[in-house]
Amino acid sequence: MAERLSNREGIKGMANPTRYGIERVAYWLQRLSGLGLLAYLIGHIYETSTIVNGKIAWDKMLEFTQTTQGHIFLTLVIGMCVFHTANGIRVMLGHGGIGVGKPGQPEYPYKAASLNYKQRLCIWVSIALAALAMMYGASVLLGD
Amino acid sequence: MAVVEVPKPSEASNTKTSQPNTITLRIARSNPSAEQELSFSEFQIPVQKWTTVLEAILYVKQNFDHSLAVRYSCRQASCGSCGMKINGRPALACYTKISELNSNVITVEPMNNFPIIRDLAVDFKQLISNHKKMKPFIIREDSEVTPESKEFVQTPQDLEKFLQFSYCIKCGLCNSACPTMATDESFIGPQGLAQAYRYVADNRDKGKDDRLKIVDDSHGIWRCHFAGSCSHVCPKGVDPAMAIQLLRGYLLGFRK
Ligand code: HEM
Ligand code: SF4
Ligand code: FES
Repeated sequence: MAERLSNREGIKGMANPTRYGIERVAYWLQRLSGLGLLAYLIGHIYETSTIVNGKIAWDKMLEFTQTTQGHIFLTLVIGMCVFHTANGIRVMLGHGGIGVGKPGQPEYPYKAASLNYKQRLCIWVSIALAALAMMYGASVLLGD
Repeated sequence: MAVVEVPKPSEASNTKTSQPNTITLRIARSNPSAEQELSFSEFQIPVQKWTTVLEAILYVKQNFDHSLAVRYSCRQASCGSCGMKINGRPALACYTKISELNSNVITVEPMNNFPIIRDLAVDFKQLISNHKKMKPFIIREDSEVTPESKEFVQTPQDLEKFLQFSYCIKCGLCNSACPTMATDESFIGPQGLAQAYRYVADNRDKGKDDRLKIVDDSHGIWRCHFAGSCSHVCPKGVDPAMAIQLLRGYLLGFRK
């Protein structure tokens, strides 16, 4: 018999944050910011390691990070850092079963207790903190 | 693509709703075993305020195309057979009214993350085998009642610790919405993990250590990122995301 299509959604489905509410958006942002921070860390190690090539190489590198694009990138890193940390704490506690609601008698229309307002509030607070930090960061980096 | 017109229903059947009387039902057709690629058949279906998606599909089977493959049985959200993707999201066809979809075009497709058998029918082998791996039964050395012992006492509070998880009808909607399931072919999935917790939380059961060993696997509980999509789509209030986090609490040392 011919092999059946597995019909997996694949990476496109996994990375689609438009369905299943704000919790799925938070999942997506946490992954994206985690990978972004990892990329930044590697870049950062590369950047700071140029000092071993002498003062000229180091100064060139510094120049590169002090362009407008460089500042926009750093503003993004600030946002990723703040969101990833704040939401990461929510997720870590959740993974331990904290704040995910209490089992009980299911009643129509079966609202899931783990998708409770505290979880949603924490996600929105993480987003808001990231936005505030980015605004402050941008004002320092890009301001005169 | 088949496009079939139905005569307009009579004026008398016009109900005073914002819902039009006829909708377009688009049904995904495919037969992987015969190498028949995916295509969509379109049908015009007369609907009432209370018509469910399953009824619309059965209307097609009765009036236009009997060869359409769809699985259903109870028609009342109890058997877990009729899960499918309805306008992009997994749902039970018998439990979804057309009027609540707020659209004149309804697209039904087979659930994602399950192999397609034909058209809307998908293969549940993996779900059932993962469910069985969780040892979905009470594990204990003694039987519940022995001549010397009294009946096993379980208070309403004891019952509430696992009751909602025992409402699972194995419809697979959660596995279909799960982002990990989308890419990991060996993941146990929210359905199985929630059932592992259903038995662990039962105070008659002594199989906690067994089950924790089973889910503590590279394709087990650690692949859950608490995205909550399973609980979003579960039609029975099982809340698999809660069950999984409570189960993981034991492994992480948050609970004893
Ligand atoms: C205090 C700071 C941090 C906290 C609280 C934190 C927390 C977390 C948590 C809870 C997860 C798992 C999320 C999930 O299960 O979906 C995670 C994932 C991740 N984190 Fe962090 N993290 C922090 C800092 C960092 C830093 C500095 C980096 C980069 C160098 C980083 C890179 C990642 C990556 C790559 C992932 C995997 C993303 C994924 O697969 O979804 N994290 N973090
Ligand atoms: S947990 Fe809910 S969505 Fe998942 S199989 Fe059971 S009833 Fe269906
Ligand atoms: S037909 Fe049984 S759940 Fe829909």
